[in-house]
Amino acid sequence: MSAKLEKNQTTANSQPTTWFKAAPVSALPENGGACIKYKDLQIAVYNFSRRNEWYACQNLCPHKMQMALSRGMIGSQGDEPKVACPFHKKTFSLKSGKNLNGDTCDIATYPIKVEDGYVYIGFEE
Amino acid sequence: MTRVIVIGNGMVGYKFCEKLVAASSKGDFQLTVFGEEPWPAYDRVHLSSYFTGSDVDALSLAPRSWYEENGIDLRTNELIVSIDRKLKQVLSHTGKVMAYDKLILATGSGAFVPPIGGVEKKGVFVYRTIEDLDAIMAFGKKARSAAIIGGGLLGLEAAKATMDMGLNTHVIEFAPRLMPRQLDAAGAAVLKSRLEELGIAIHLNKNTRKIHGNGKLTGLEFADGADLSVDMLVISAGIKPRDELAKTCGLPTAARGGIIVNQNLQSEADDNIFAIGEVASCQNMIYGLVAPGYEMASQVVNQLCGKTSRPFLGFDMSTKLKLIGVDVASFGDPFGESAPSRTIVYENKRSGIYKRINISPDGKRLLGGVLVGDAQAYGMLLQMTQNSMPLPPNPEDLILGSRGGKESGGAGLEGLPAEAQICSCENVTKGDICKLIENEGLSHVEEIKSCSKAGTGCGGCVPMVNDLLKMQLKTLGRQVKNNLCEHFPYTRQELLDLVKVREIKTFDQLIDQFGQGDGCEICKPAVASILASTWNELIIRQDTIQDTNDRYLANIQRGGTYSVVPRIPGGEITPDKLIVIGQVAKKYGLYTKVTGGQRIDMFGARVDQLPDIWEELIVAGFESGHAYGKSLRTVKSCVGSTWCRYGVQDAVSFGIRVEERYRGLRSPHKLKGAVSGCIRECAEAQSKDFGLIATEKGWNLYVCGNGGSKPQHARLLINDVDSETVLKYIDRFLMFYIRTAEPLNRTATWLNKLEGGIDYLREVVVNDSLGIAETLEREMEFMIQTYACEWKEVVNNPQLRAKFKHFVNDDEGDPSIAFQEMRGQKIPASW
Ligand code: SRM
Ligand SMILES: Cc1cc2nc3c(=O)[nH]c(=O)nc-3n(C[C@H](O)[C@H](O)[C@H](O)COP(=O)(O)OP(=O)(O)OC[C@H]3O[C@@H](n4cnc5c(N)ncnc54)[C@H](O)[C@@H]3O)c2cc1C
Ligand code: SF4
Ligand code: FES
Repeated sequence: MSAKLEKNQTTANSQPTTWFKAAPVSALPENGGACIKYKDLQIAVYNFSRRNEWYACQNLCPHKMQMALSRGMIGSQGDEPKVACPFHKKTFSLKSGKNLNGDTCDIATYPIKVEDGYVYIGFEE
Repeated sequence: MTRVIVIGNGMVGYKFCEKLVAASSKGDFQLTVFGEEPWPAYDRVHLSSYFTGSDVDALSLAPRSWYEENGIDLRTNELIVSIDRKLKQVLSHTGKVMAYDKLILATGSGAFVPPIGGVEKKGVFVYRTIEDLDAIMAFGKKARSAAIIGGGLLGLEAAKATMDMGLNTHVIEFAPRLMPRQLDAAGAAVLKSRLEELGIAIHLNKNTRKIHGNGKLTGLEFADGADLSVDMLVISAGIKPRDELAKTCGLPTAARGGIIVNQNLQSEADDNIFAIGEVASCQNMIYGLVAPGYEMASQVVNQLCGKTSRPFLGFDMSTKLKLIGVDVASFGDPFGESAPSRTIVYENKRSGIYKRINISPDGKRLLGGVLVGDAQAYGMLLQMTQNSMPLPPNPEDLILGSRGGKESGGAGLEGLPAEAQICSCENVTKGDICKLIENEGLSHVEEIKSCSKAGTGCGGCVPMVNDLLKMQLKTLGRQVKNNLCEHFPYTRQELLDLVKVREIKTFDQLIDQFGQGDGCEICKPAVASILASTWNELIIRQDTIQDTNDRYLANIQRGGTYSVVPRIPGGEITPDKLIVIGQVAKKYGLYTKVTGGQRIDMFGARVDQLPDIWEELIVAGFESGHAYGKSLRTVKSCVGSTWCRYGVQDAVSFGIRVEERYRGLRSPHKLKGAVSGCIRECAEAQSKDFGLIATEKGWNLYVCGNGGSKPQHARLLINDVDSETVLKYIDRFLMFYIRTAEPLNRTATWLNKLEGGIDYLREVVVNDSLGIAETLEREMEFMIQTYACEWKEVVNNPQLRAKFKHFVNDDEGDPSIAFQEMRGQKIPASW
C-alpha cells in the first residue's frame, strides 16, 4: 500500500525540471477533472474555468487507495480550491494537498501551466 | 510559560486540551500530550458505530492538524512508563524524557477482566478500543456464536454488536438481573424479554468458573456445573482504572482502584499532579461516564488559568442506553432508596414497556426512575428531577402520557428554568442555547452543536436541543432555515423556485446570480437534481456537476470499475433478453447477479467499455435502469391475476405501466415502487416510496415507505381507486415531494418532517387543499413526455461517447484495476 502512495511526490512548490505536454485544453472538461498518464504515474488535472485556474494532483485517493480523484467533483471551501473523492467524499485542498474533512494523509500536488492551448504538468526528475 | 503534560489522549484528555486552548492565550502554556493508542482521541462513547463504518476518522474528536494548529505537541503511540516526581519529569517507552510544571493524568481505564481460568485463550476479547473492535470483527467472521460476560451497559452494547455480526449471542450476568446498577427487578425483567425477542439469550445468576478450549476457546463452564459452548467471548464485566503509573510513583490510590484526588482533582500527595476522567477517584467514587470527566477537565483548566472554579462534588449518573434496539434509561435515584419516596409503576407486558418514577412523599418532586421500552420522556423527566420542578397534579401523567386526545406536546420545555442543564456532557444550559438562537441568529441544530458543543458528547440531549430550537424559533417568530451549503444562502425549495421562475438552465448561471464561490460536492448534485426535475434535459451535458454515478451513468464500484443495470420493468423479461444479458456479460467478462430490485446487475466494467456494452444492450431493446441516479429505480411486481390463484388485478401489467411512466424521473433521493396483486402483498408495496395493493374495486395507494437502514412502513393515502385516478394521485404526490423535500431525504423522511403528516399530505394530494393539483399533474406530464434514455443518447453521440475514457492522453484503460476469482466469477481485488 505505501509503495503505491510513495509513487507520487509533491513538486508543486519546487522548480520543475521537466514540463510534460499532457493534452490540449479542449480535451479537458470545464469546471471538472480528467486523468493524465505520465510514465507509470496517474495525474488528476482540473480545469477551474470559473476562476481561470488549473490544478494537478495525484489520481490516487489515499483513503482506500482508489484511482479516482480525477473523477471527483471540484469546488471551493472558503477560498481554497478542493476536490471530493467520488468514493467516500473525502475532500482535499488542491493547493496544500491536505485532507479538509478528516485525517487522511496529504495528496501530492504538481505545478501546471497552459501554453498555446496545451496543458503542461511539471515534474522533478 | 507553564509546561503542562497530559498523559492519556482519550475523551477526557482531549477535552482538557480543547478547554485549555479556549481559555488561555497563545504562549501561556506549552502543552504536550502522550497517548498510547495509535490515533488521536476518538469518541469512545460511539465506539460501536465503528462496526458499521470502520472509519477511524469519523469517530475522531479532532484531526491531528487541530493539535498542530493550536501548538499542542501530540505524541500518539507513545506510552508513559514512569513519573519522576522529584525531578518533575516523565519517561516514555521510547526513552523520551520530558519535564513538566503541571501534570494531568487522564489515563482512563481498561476493561476489568475477572480472574477466570483461561482468559488468555484465543477468541477472548474485551471491548474498549478501536483495536479491540478490529480484533473482534476479524475473529467474528469465522465464528458462529459469542458470549458476553457482563449484562451491564457496556455488555449489552457488545451483545448488540455481536448479534449484528450475525453471531448467536449469549449474555452472561452474575447478578440476578440485567443492568443491576441502573434497573430494578421488574424493569430488568422487561428488558430481558425484549432482548430475548431480539434473539439474544440471557443467562442470569451465572458465575463463570472456567474457559474451555485447547489454545482457542470452545466454551464456558459455570459454578453451578452448567456448560455453554461458544466460539468467541467478550468480557465486559466492568472497568479498572489505569492507576499503575500513580502507584509506582507513590501517589495514593483507592482500594477499588483510581488515583485519589481532592475536590480540586489534585493529588493530596503532590499538588502539581491532577487526575481527571475515569482514572480519578473522588470521594471514593469512580465515574465511568464522559460527562463527569468533562466537568473535571473544565475544573482543572479553570484552576490552571487562575479562574474561579467550583469544587467537584459528585455528579449525576443518569444514563440512557443507546443502540440496542430497546429504549432503556435510568435517572436520578432509580430505586427510591436515597430518601423516603412513593413509587408509581406502569407496566405493559404485551408491548414490553416498563416505567417507574419515584416521587417525594408530598407528591411535589420527582426523585428518579426507570424507563424500559419507551424512553421518550427521559430528557424531560431528568430535567424535572435535576431542577426540582413542580409536578403536575396527577404525577402518573408523566409516565402514562396523554390518555385520550392529542399529545400534550413538549409538556414542560417552556417551564424549564434558564439554568436547567440540557447537555450534561458539555454543561450547556437552556439559557445558553436560547441566547445563541436569539442573539447569534442560529437556526440549525448543527450550528448549535458547533457553537455551544451541546449534543457533541454522548448525544443523548440532541432530541431535546432540537425541540428547544423549534420552540425558541417559534417564540421568536422565526422560520427554520436550511441553507444548502456555504455557496447558496437558500434552501433547496427556494432554489427550485428560482430555477423555475428565472428559467435557469445551468449550474453556472445559478451560482453566478444567486450564489458564491465555486460550489462543492453538496450543492452541485443538489442543483443538478433540481435542474433535471425541472427541465429534464440530458444530465450529462453538465457532467461535472453530477455525482460520479450520474456523471458516468453507472455505479462506481470498489476498485474503480462500474456496474451496468438495464431496466427490466416490473421484473418481467423474455428468454431472448435474458440470453442477451448473458452474452454481453460473457463477452465483457462481467460478474452477474440478480438484484434485490427484480433485475440483473452486471459488475466490473471499465469506464471505457461502458458505451460499447450499452450499445449492444440498446440494440437488443434494453434501456438505462437508472440504478445510478437519484431517480426512479424499480417498480416491483408480483405475478398477480394472470397466473396467481388469488390475484384480483393484473399486477405485472400495471407495474410495467407505472415503471415506464416514471422512468428517469429525477428526485431529491431515489424512488422505488411496487404493485401487489392482492392483499398477500408479495411485492412488498408497503415498504416502498409508493406502493399499490390490488383490491376487488381497484387499488389501495400507500406512500412514504422504505427499507434501508431505517425501515418505515408506507402509509395508506387512499383506498379503492381505479387505475387512472391512482396514477393521477401518484403524479401529484411525486411532484409535491420533488418540489418540497430537502436534498437526499427519502419520502419517509420528508413525511416525518412534514407538518400535519399523512393527513396533511392527503389533503394536498387527494383533496387539492392548496389548489396546486393541476400544476403538479402538468409538470409530471412534461417529465413523462420529455423522457429519453440517457444511454441511447450517449451511444449515438460521438462527443458524449468520448467522455468515457480513463486517460485523456492515452487509450489504455486504468492499469491499476485488479480482480480475483470467486465461485467461478470475478470480483474486485480487496482494498
Ligand atoms: C444491486 C443492489 C443489491 C443487490 O445485489 O441486490 C443494490 C446495490 C446498491 N444499493 Fe441498494 N441495492 C439494491 C436493492 C436495494 C433494496 C431492495 C429493494 O429495492 O427492494 C433496498 C431497500 C429498499 C429501499 O431502498 O427502501 C436498498 C437500499 C439501499 C440504500 C438505503 C436507502 C435508504 O433509504 O435507507 C442505499 C443507500 C442510499 O441510497 O443512500 C443503497 C445503495 C446502494 C448502492 C447504490 C450503493 C452505492 O452507492 O454504491 C449499491 C450500488 C450497486 C451497484 O453498484 O450497482 N441501497 N437497496 C440492489 C439493486 C436493486 C436494483 O435493481 O436497482
Ligand atoms: C463501548 C463503550 C460505550 C460507552 N458508552 C458510554 C455512554 O453512552 N455514555 C457515557 O457517558 N460513557 C460511555 N462510555 C464511557 C466513556 O467512553 C468513558 O467514560 C470515557 O472515554 C472516559 O474518558 P477518559 O479520557 O477518562 O478515558 P479513555 O477514553 O479511556 O482515555 C484514556 C486514554 O489514555 C491512554 N493511556 C492510558 N495509560 C497511558 C499511559 N501510561 N501513557 C499514554 N497513554 C495512556 C489510553 O490508551 C486511552 O487512550 C462508553 C465506553 C465504552 C468502551
Ligand atoms: S400478491 Fe401473492 S397471492 Fe396475490 S396475486 Fe400476487 S402472488 Fe398472488
Ligand atoms: S477512496 Fe477516496 S474517499 Fe474513500
